[in-house]
Amino acid sequence: MSWYLTLPLIIPFMAAIIAYLLRSSPLGAWVSIIGSGLGLIASVVLMAVVLDAGVVAGQMGNWPAPFGITLVADLLSAVMVLITAITGFAVAIYALGDINERQAKLGYHALFQILLAGVTGAFLTGDLFNLYVWFEVMLIASFGLLILNGGKEQIDGGVKYVALNLISTILFLTGIGLLYGMTGTLNFADLALKVDEVENQGLLTVVAMMFMVAFGVKAAVFPLFFWLPAAYHTPSFSVSAVFAGLLTKVGVYALIRMFTMVFDHDIGFTHTVLLWVACFTMVIGVLGAAAQSDFRKILSFHIISQIGYMILGLALMTPLALVGAVFYLVHHIIVKANLFLIAGIAKRLTGGTEVYQIGGLYKSAPFLAVLFLIPAFSLAGFPPLSGFWAKYIIVKATLDLEMWFVAFIALAVGLMTIYSMTKIWAEAFWKPHPDGIEPELKTLPNKAAQIIPVAGLAILTIIIGLNPEPFVIFAERTTEQLLDPTAYITAVLGDPS
Amino acid sequence: MNSVILVAGARLQAVLLLVFSAYMMLRGHNAPGGGFIGGLIAATAFVVYAIACGTEDARKALRFDPGSIAGAGLGIALIAGIMAAFWGDALFTGQWLFIGATEDSKGIPLSTVLVFDIGVYLVVLGAILSITFALEDAV
Amino acid sequence: MEQLLSILIGILVASAVYLMLARNLLRFLFGLILLSNAANLTIFVAGRLTPGAPPLVPDGMDAPIGDVANALPQALVLTAIVIGFGLFAFALILAFRAYQSLGTLNTDDMRVAEPKEIKS
Repeated sequence: MSWYLTLPLIIPFMAAIIAYLLRSSPLGAWVSIIGSGLGLIASVVLMAVVLDAGVVAGQMGNWPAPFGITLVADLLSAVMVLITAITGFAVAIYALGDINERQAKLGYHALFQILLAGVTGAFLTGDLFNLYVWFEVMLIASFGLLILNGGKEQIDGGVKYVALNLISTILFLTGIGLLYGMTGTLNFADLALKVDEVENQGLLTVVAMMFMVAFGVKAAVFPLFFWLPAAYHTPSFSVSAVFAGLLTKVGVYALIRMFTMVFDHDIGFTHTVLLWVACFTMVIGVLGAAAQSDFRKILSFHIISQIGYMILGLALMTPLALVGAVFYLVHHIIVKANLFLIAGIAKRLTGGTEVYQIGGLYKSAPFLAVLFLIPAFSLAGFPPLSGFWAKYIIVKATLDLEMWFVAFIALAVGLMTIYSMTKIWAEAFWKPHPDGIEPELKTLPNKAAQIIPVAGLAILTIIIGLNPEPFVIFAERTTEQLLDPTAYITAVLGDPS
Repeated sequence: MNSVILVAGARLQAVLLLVFSAYMMLRGHNAPGGGFIGGLIAATAFVVYAIACGTEDARKALRFDPGSIAGAGLGIALIAGIMAAFWGDALFTGQWLFIGATEDSKGIPLSTVLVFDIGVYLVVLGAILSITFALEDAV
Repeated sequence: MEQLLSILIGILVASAVYLMLARNLLRFLFGLILLSNAANLTIFVAGRLTPGAPPLVPDGMDAPIGDVANALPQALVLTAIVIGFGLFAFALILAFRAYQSLGTLNTDDMRVAEPKEIKS
């Protein structure tokens, strides 16, 4: 068993335990930062190993696959782990200026680390049942974080979040049971081999649809997204940033993993459904955003519409489209988490998140305005930022397939995204504050802790935007692995010959 | 609840349950039982005690904050898993130490599996008690 | 036996859906328990129902003797029950807190985090 596979999981758990025992002292926040920093180093090491070896796998307790618990990292897992660690590190620093003593005492930092461990585990696990277990780890931690403040709004949002996520969990579990009954295995690599031998391929499609619904709820696709805008605007800003960045992406990751490696027997049906789901998700999400006026609600609906692009990439199932989906996944996590962090700073400066009731940020805090414009333009797909390349690849893939209508939707949704971003810009930044407040960045408590992660993520967006080639090449290698899982299977099960 | 019989009975019962929970945990490796069951029984002991004497007394009897107990248990379980690495095995591989083993008997078998079970015991105890105490406090 | 259990699962799911369609949050949660029990039973049935001894390895052997039950679905169901138990305990506390702070369990009235309804 190699250390590089387990360390990204062990570090956040250890950090969570220490942070929980130190929850009454200010050291807890620093434990969280140091833990995330070490986790970041561990995931960079993992990335380096995976880039070198292709796929690495390890068996817990020396039980051979497919009987034991397997940890696998291929390029997709490795990049997701890395991006999780980056986001986690940024948010952990941001929490210094965002989380008050009461929240820390209730165990914010420990829950946050457990959430990171759950997300990382979901990316690294090599079998379906452990994916379920990591989902639950993630879910329990997210429940705790969501209602930590204990206000009416949090409880209200929490009820909806908990209820719909529990249903998806049970559907997932039922799907696991049925798939196990048909194939006798739950290991991804073994499943990829065994599903071809299933006699009743129609039944397999039914199970595939169950998984699609279960992961669809997690990923917040149309028509299963209702919990997201009901809950994401209620908790602390650092919580909603890490939710927005990571949680839905775990659902997208699970969809990509299952519908490229395992359920590729009836692409004509499953991926057509996904295509429709993707189109509706894009359109409904962006329309929902246009109707909102709360900073975080606009962003929440944009998560949904952006998820649509990733699902679109998966639905088209061509190499280029999958490259786009992977690229989009990485770009979106950075940008979205960053926008939520900025929303937090804007709220602390102006006293609200309702964009019509705040303003004046451009005049008083021009640096923040620049920091907002970078991820906002990237989200809308302006060149030369990361979002442009992500959208470009996906639209190019639709045009290659001559799906003019889908391409039109994707472009129109991009245009609508600009509308919402301009709304935030014009209302929150450009117009003077209705109460005449001129909020200055200097007055922010713990200013450095809030600005540094935002600026860091913005720089990352620019780097990806100005120099997309290595990232695209990387996404191409990832796609090759997804479409031809031979290397994955060999790494997990050993050489078949 | 204010009943002399219940209070007197609960004290006795809590002690018996705690001893029984330790027994259940230790026999768990090759027989029904284990850390999870043991933790549940131990939690029952404190829940009975809390019903009879109130959560305040039960918290005092527990001495530690239930959340911290769960956290410590998670740490112990993790360390038990990591210990395998010192013997060069994969994580969570059981490591055994037979004290006083002769050819006929295995002596006293100690293992990282037992440490892991103790961790699970504490996690279950802590988690269940923090939930029930929170509920009983509120009601 | 499989047929009998399948029918039982069907009944459980039907009652669960009926309960979950109610406006009352508590009824919804009860429906959720029934649904998760149905899911656990599904795993159990999917693992094939065979009469067999407990899958324990006797002293000094490497494998169990004779017909033993499939241990994997049992392990899966046990894990799922434990996780389900934890989640449900949390959901129950949340419902209780919701009742305390919002004063209602009627999901139609839970609109605190939503935008104000515009009466036309």
